[in-house]
Amino acid sequence: MDTSSSSPDGAALYRTMVRIRAFENAAEAASQGGVSAYGQEAAGSARVRGPLHLSTGQEAVPAGVCAHLRTSDYLTSTHRGHGHTLAKGADLGRMMCELFGKATGFNGGKGGSMHIADFSVGMLGANGVVAAGLPIAVGAAHAQKLLGKGDGITVCFFGDGAINRGPFLEALNWARVYQLPVLFVCEDNRWSATTASGPMTAGDGASVRAQAMDIAATQVDGNDVFAVHAAAAALVAAVRGGGGPRLLHALTYRVKGHVSVDVAAYRDAAELAAALETDPIARARAHLLAHGMAGSALDAIENAARDEVATALAMADAAPWPEAGAAFTDVQTTGAGQWH
Amino acid sequence: MALTTTTTPEELSYAEAAVRALAQEMQADPRVVVLGEDVGRGGIFGQYKGLQQRFGESRVIDTPISEAAIMGAGVGMALAGLRPVVEMRVVDFALCGMDELVNQAAKNRFMFGGQGRVPLVARMPGGIWDASAAQHSQSLEAWFAHMPGLVVVCPATPQDNHGLLRAALQCGDPVVYIEHKTLWGLRGEVDDSLEVPLGRARRVREGDALTLVSWSRQLQACTAACDALAAEGIAVDLIDLRTLWPWDRETVLASCARTRRLLVVHEAVQVAGFGAEIAASAAEATGCRVARLGAPRIPVGYAPVLEAQSRVGAEAVAAAARKLLD
Repeated sequence: MDTSSSSPDGAALYRTMVRIRAFENAAEAASQGGVSAYGQEAAGSARVRGPLHLSTGQEAVPAGVCAHLRTSDYLTSTHRGHGHTLAKGADLGRMMCELFGKATGFNGGKGGSMHIADFSVGMLGANGVVAAGLPIAVGAAHAQKLLGKGDGITVCFFGDGAINRGPFLEALNWARVYQLPVLFVCEDNRWSATTASGPMTAGDGASVRAQAMDIAATQVDGNDVFAVHAAAAALVAAVRGGGGPRLLHALTYRVKGHVSVDVAAYRDAAELAAALETDPIARARAHLLAHGMAGSALDAIENAARDEVATALAMADAAPWPEAGAAFTDVQTTGAGQWH
Repeated sequence: MALTTTTTPEELSYAEAAVRALAQEMQADPRVVVLGEDVGRGGIFGQYKGLQQRFGESRVIDTPISEAAIMGAGVGMALAGLRPVVEMRVVDFALCGMDELVNQAAKNRFMFGGQGRVPLVARMPGGIWDASAAQHSQSLEAWFAHMPGLVVVCPATPQDNHGLLRAALQCGDPVVYIEHKTLWGLRGEVDDSLEVPLGRARRVREGDALTLVSWSRQLQACTAACDALAAEGIAVDLIDLRTLWPWDRETVLASCARTRRLLVVHEAVQVAGFGAEIAASAAEATGCRVARLGAPRIPVGYAPVLEAQSRVGAEAVAAAARKLLD
């Protein structure tokens, strides 16, 4: 994906979102019976094991932002990183293989969902630690500046929970001090694991905190992919142009629980119902139809995504497990062979 | 301070030896950058002296007091093609960047299936620093040796601080590089042409009565103890481990097989220290008698009499050796 145009390609944005949704719906189904911190037992039947953090309902943010990125730009992500990775251009099939823990996955089965990454498209990794991607992102951006990587930039996705960790403050300060080419994107989905973020957060959140550090920030309706796309266009252009860091505060909503087997019983049903009214994919579809796009064309995009995911599932099912010996590779070179 | 490469051995301090090693690596490899607090002024111990003047502010980067960001940015820089040296000031402060070191730097290569590499050297001066109390005097090397993915280096001499720092910068893995806070002024000959490989111990004294293994500043107490024991006719095989991970099992175990007695001495708290790892390994492999000597499990106190409780001196080392020979 390589476009600097600020006029959106609606079909492309729609395609990105429905691919993310289809991928995650399939992963969720394949994770049933998987590991949970919320009381369910692990079951051997789950094909996607371990914690699976879904971004259902948040698809507009990666779609709108990553439409402006080049393969050579860097991206760091969160534990909820499938959408970011797909939007950055990673191969969907190899992603599914990684979620299944297969040797053909991007990480050879060593990382799984929480550590999904495709360095070949500049996606430097999902992260199991909240806010941990922020300092890594400023380091990558710092390297881009020092190495004279033209107008390459780094985009850093993080959640609203991350702004209450120290690395958020340290990374924003760092980015502004050195005027680094980094775009911080706060996906404000209103939940920090199983606790509502609002009561845990002083002040008005990510954009206000950025402004306090002299980093220009824009708040946007994160469920409106066209609004995200337009806001990101301006911010990415400013960052690419050498203007230093910017922050996009995208207000969205986490439709699912913290992990796939968390039914989020702690949440007010009315809150969820209201959020579902603003589903970003439904909104984009309505918008595109109203602007002359044929329903059959949108159906074709959705069918293609479903077919692609079905192929990926079949590929992941058929793929081999890693060799046991792979547990001993890529640990470190120095002292390799002395693991025991 | 001389920054040039020379083939004639020259007497340098432990700090000057590090400066020279860094200058040589920065000269040879433009990807090597330094980041940390006060590095532009030469570092608080002079271990970066003159480097910013020589290589500029973009390669010797003064940073905010942000250990998490220094370490984390180092990880990002490494992933994006640089070879950062990250300064933590003292090992005690490195704890503020622990996630970035342990969960990020150490895990990156494995977790992402070899897609990323983190060639990063984290310098974190360790050990008791006179009258500096509980938060500036810790010896935490065993923590890092416990972490798959990390290399752990503890140089004891100017020569080793030169050679091991160069080796650390060239090795391509994340390295925890622990220089001792009170060794900076220690002077000794440094031969630029001498390579000091990681994972290779140094035999300091030769003997058959007992194997004594130590590292970093504790080598000094051990050397003094060896002198006292030699006067009693006890010849000790004293080994400076130099690198805790990977550690030189071959040298240590060969010595233990010969002497049948091993004493490991370190400045760190004895409980769960790296001495336990060496002692257990030696006992398993050779069946030799083993003993450990480290600090009691107390924070380091401020008043001299309190601080002294955490110090393992030459007399205690000699006494432990004699006991092992009984």
